[in-house]
Amino acid sequence: MLAKVQTWWTFFLIAVNERLVYRGDFMLGTLMRFLPTLTQIFLWWAIYDVISSRPDESLDGKIAGYRYGDMVAYYLMVTITRAFSSMPGLTSGVARSIRSGEVKKFLIQPVDMIGCLLVQRVAHKLVYYFIAALPFTLVFFLCRGFFLNGWPAPEEMLVFFLSLLLSFLLGFFIEICLGLVSFWFLEVASLGFIYMLLNFLLSGHMFPLELLPESPVNLRAAVDWLPLKYLAYFSAAVFLGKLSSEEMWRGLAIEAVWVLFFIVLARWMWSRGVRRYSAYGG
Amino acid sequence: MSETPMQTGYRRANYFRVISTFCRNSLIRDMSFRADFILQCISSMSWAVMNFMLFKIIYRFTDSIGRDTGWGEHEFFVFLGTIWVINSLIQTFFMQNFDEFSDLIRTGSLDFVLLKPIDPQVLVSFPRTNWSQLANGGLGLALIGYSVAQLLSDPDKHLQFSVFTVLAFLLFIVCGVAVMYSVMLALASTSIWLGRNQNLYDFWFYITNFYRYPMEIYQRSGMGWALWGTFTFVIPVLVVSNIPARVLAQPSGTPWRWWEWSLAGYALLAAVLSLLASRWVFLKALKSYRSASS
Repeated sequence: MLAKVQTWWTFFLIAVNERLVYRGDFMLGTLMRFLPTLTQIFLWWAIYDVISSRPDESLDGKIAGYRYGDMVAYYLMVTITRAFSSMPGLTSGVARSIRSGEVKKFLIQPVDMIGCLLVQRVAHKLVYYFIAALPFTLVFFLCRGFFLNGWPAPEEMLVFFLSLLLSFLLGFFIEICLGLVSFWFLEVASLGFIYMLLNFLLSGHMFPLELLPESPVNLRAAVDWLPLKYLAYFSAAVFLGKLSSEEMWRGLAIEAVWVLFFIVLARWMWSRGVRRYSAYGG
Repeated sequence: MSETPMQTGYRRANYFRVISTFCRNSLIRDMSFRADFILQCISSMSWAVMNFMLFKIIYRFTDSIGRDTGWGEHEFFVFLGTIWVINSLIQTFFMQNFDEFSDLIRTGSLDFVLLKPIDPQVLVSFPRTNWSQLANGGLGLALIGYSVAQLLSDPDKHLQFSVFTVLAFLLFIVCGVAVMYSVMLALASTSIWLGRNQNLYDFWFYITNFYRYPMEIYQRSGMGWALWGTFTFVIPVLVVSNIPARVLAQPSGTPWRWWEWSLAGYALLAAVLSLLASRWVFLKALKSYRSASS
């Protein structure tokens, strides 16, 4: 048992050190990542300027229930949830190691591949938060005026943090599953691309899901049946107080079920895949 | 390098033939992987379609972007189409080459470029043509055509549309491409000093980020004006998209206002100046090139 913990700890430390090498690049890169948010602030301002000047009061200066501040705050919060749920390079990495035969090393070592990747990912993310904390704090401090409701209640805060942790696991296991498809199909790049596209549109990364049209196809209802919304929208909506207490906890429970589903799916795919794996390549 | 390659004079090289050979070779290469080519076309177009959908949704809630700016739905889609055309031209002809430029520097292969009896800027800028990216431009032209037709059939809008507007549009597209080309060339050249420039595509993303929307959205607040000034006069990317789009969409009506004429004049000037400036940066950077490895 102790030896096992030690193994994982070593994997963790290696990954941490790997990441710390590029910390300067990292911090600048994080700040740059807010540039699109900056232009969005101007874009939405121009849109809300039109809406608030309109004579009909039915909209009350809101778009789908979002005031101007809420909209900007939403985009800012999405940068946080995406920092947890996005897994750059995971699907392609798994696919590559299967295609090149590198995956063999996990078949002969007493180390579980998915577990190993998870530990590495946790390490990378922790290093990222550690370094990105400074630029994030700076940007959120400058933008504090957009959070019209101030800090959320303790209950919302709790659900928010739990949902962030779950969104990390959800993002991780979805991408693992996509990568493991490589056991059956050699090329999964296009699958990964489709996932990225759907994710961008239907997770709430691009805009709050309330904006989705209900006709001709009721996309608004469809996203509730998909796991994608937990990768961006859900946590942001919780933080901004968009959901009632009951909706929050139910959403969290559904998210947990999705995580469980993808963990089981990944395990199942791994065991099936290894059985049909023919270990070509050096 | 004691002498810049320019001074030795490569006038005899037929640049048109060189560039068209590059383009033809790339097309042959692309056509040998046809399925991949089609997938790339689809993937680049799907990002554009997503962008289109975002604004389709936005226009369900508002009838214009910015109060009294005239950027109604059809006007804005002319704008969006214009951006797709410019983006696709840059990505078809230059992006991949600039990306490979930093590799040339890192591996020392730039030596071979400098040895050839032809202007190194041409040899760095044109060798690969990424034809699949042109799909987006086609999509952009279709969107522009459709939106202009909608504007023309609207009796409330007095759109002026003639051979002259089309020619002016094309001219300003060329200017726009020239500006974007220069910005990317200058950025890519810095990798000679910095040793590496892995983030060229990131830079492209961040810079295009500022020209994606009509410039009116910046013209309301102090910080907005500061951004507007920076991206008009320091890095002139705002005129790249705004001028050609205004030529066709005429959001503030015709005839053009005085400031639109001056900005259009400035766009021409900016294109020439940025070409010259980027050429200067490129040659300056080459002088500091100290080969590598072997």
